Amino acid sequence: MKDVVMHYCPGCTHGIAHRLVGEVIDELGIAAKTIGISPVGCAVFAYNYFNVDFQQAAHGRAPAVATGIKRVLPDRVVFSYQGDGDLASIGTAEIVHAAARGEKITVVFINNAVYGMTSGQMAPTTLLGQVTTTTPGGRDPSRAGYPIRIAEMLATLDGAAYIARVSLHNPANVARARRAILKAFKVQMLDLGFSLVEVLSICPTNWGLAPQASLKWVEEMMIPTFTLGELKSPAEVG
Amino acid sequence: MKGNEAVGEAAVRAGCRYFFGYPITPQNEIPEYMSRRLPAVGGVFLQAESEVAAINMVYGAAGAGARVMTSSSGPGISLKSEGISYIAAAELPCVIVNMVRGGPGLGSIQPAQSDYFQATKGGGHGDYRLVVLAPASVQEMVDLVMDAFDVADEYRNPVMIMGDGILGQMMEPVEFKERPFSAPREKPWATTGANGRAANLINSLYIDPEVLEKHNLHLAEKYRTISGKEVRYEVVDPGDSEYFLVAYGTTSRICRSVMQKARETGIRAGLIRPITLWPFPYKALEEATRRAKGFLTVEMSCGQMVEDVRLAVCGRAPVRFYGRTGGMIPQPQAILEQLVSLVEGGV
Repeated sequence: MKDVVMHYCPGCTHGIAHRLVGEVIDELGIAAKTIGISPVGCAVFAYNYFNVDFQQAAHGRAPAVATGIKRVLPDRVVFSYQGDGDLASIGTAEIVHAAARGEKITVVFINNAVYGMTSGQMAPTTLLGQVTTTTPGGRDPSRAGYPIRIAEMLATLDGAAYIARVSLHNPANVARARRAILKAFKVQMLDLGFSLVEVLSICPTNWGLAPQASLKWVEEMMIPTFTLGELKSPAEVG
Repeated sequence: MKGNEAVGEAAVRAGCRYFFGYPITPQNEIPEYMSRRLPAVGGVFLQAESEVAAINMVYGAAGAGARVMTSSSGPGISLKSEGISYIAAAELPCVIVNMVRGGPGLGSIQPAQSDYFQATKGGGHGDYRLVVLAPASVQEMVDLVMDAFDVADEYRNPVMIMGDGILGQMMEPVEFKERPFSAPREKPWATTGANGRAANLINSLYIDPEVLEKHNLHLAEKYRTISGKEVRYEVVDPGDSEYFLVAYGTTSRICRSVMQKARETGIRAGLIRPITLWPFPYKALEEATRRAKGFLTVEMSCGQMVEDVRLAVCGRAPVRFYGRTGGMIPQPQAILEQLVSLVEGGV
């Protein structure tokens, strides 16, 4: 990681997620051969924080960009870092097909149930009843459909080798998240296929909640819809 | 060799080892050829889930330092336009082939030249330019595809080969000339893993308006350099021409025979054929205005390149337009009638 001040809002857990990815890259000793892809959304500036080569991708297209890089440089480690607007909405096709092809890339998917950078509109992951700037009366499934469970959806695909959902709402879960991200990178390095870790994250600014209350909201409101755990894990990585 | 297959072979011989594409008629023989050819030379062919994904795979591969190509037609290029804008902004070299079909919308699968505006005036968002090369034969398509990779690398800019359905589908003899193989050059800016150097970044985001303006001015300066050095055209002029047909690609071949027919009827006709549609050969046309009494622009569109012809001629002589569209091909007799009418004083 670079020693710079991050732009994220106070209380946001992007910083923790970044730190975990950085620690994993260092633990594996792969910084010199890692290429990251940042999304459109809050994490667009991820390239300012990781001291590795980076490409910035158009909204939702990070898995396609990652595919291009990895096919040219199969011995490098390629990861994308994407939010839910980017990955679960505009980039649904790219993520589904990268997983289906079994692209040997790692995706860190930050799910905070809202569009962050564009100021709090409904995301595909927004919970039923959740108030956002475009669901002022709460998300009503008759008008706005249902939340997408990306991890479960991708786990059905044969090309997906490792799929897990973790959360950052308390220290024990942060430790679990770190182990999952480590595993996801190892899966790529063993050429086992596509790996994705969905990370439940908080957005105090757009949720209109204090950070502590946001962490509690993840536990009480998000986890019942987005169950934590490993949905798919190859035997090779234990 | 069939035009589309010749495009593929030329790319391979130019050092292209990566192709990302999505099927659309009338260019399917290009990805099909690449799917057979690239694995045999240690390259990668990948059929993407969409044109949008394909062009972003090109973005990733180009950023990783590879010689990479994609191909499509009309509606597919529209979908790729988002990615093309990003590639231009991030200054990545790649080659994009458009075997133009009739539009707008789903249009038809028949040949057209109605993507001229899209190719030369933008297509995607923002201030950017593609180098657009318009071959008129299968042989020229081969030569220009090979040049395209060098031009793309030289300027770190996407280059488009703009053909049409006829060029893609026709068979002509081709010679793959011995030429100094231009190995993919050193790309110290590529994201290949930092390994001992400072981390590289491929990016098109400049959130500070002053910084973005600086980037836009840098790109504009690059486009000015390209405009000065990369203009290509052909003038067929026995030396006494008074009227010039202006056409590119397949249409220029039809116009070449019209020019001969016109001369048989006593009209001193010449032909100006832009090879680069951008940068456009404004000066060649401007020079022709010194003695030309009129210009007839012929296109397979409702009139797109004619706007650039008018800019070049700048009112110094009448500029007439004749076009067929929707996949229809201009017939020599109809073009000749337009030329006769121009000579007789119609504007």
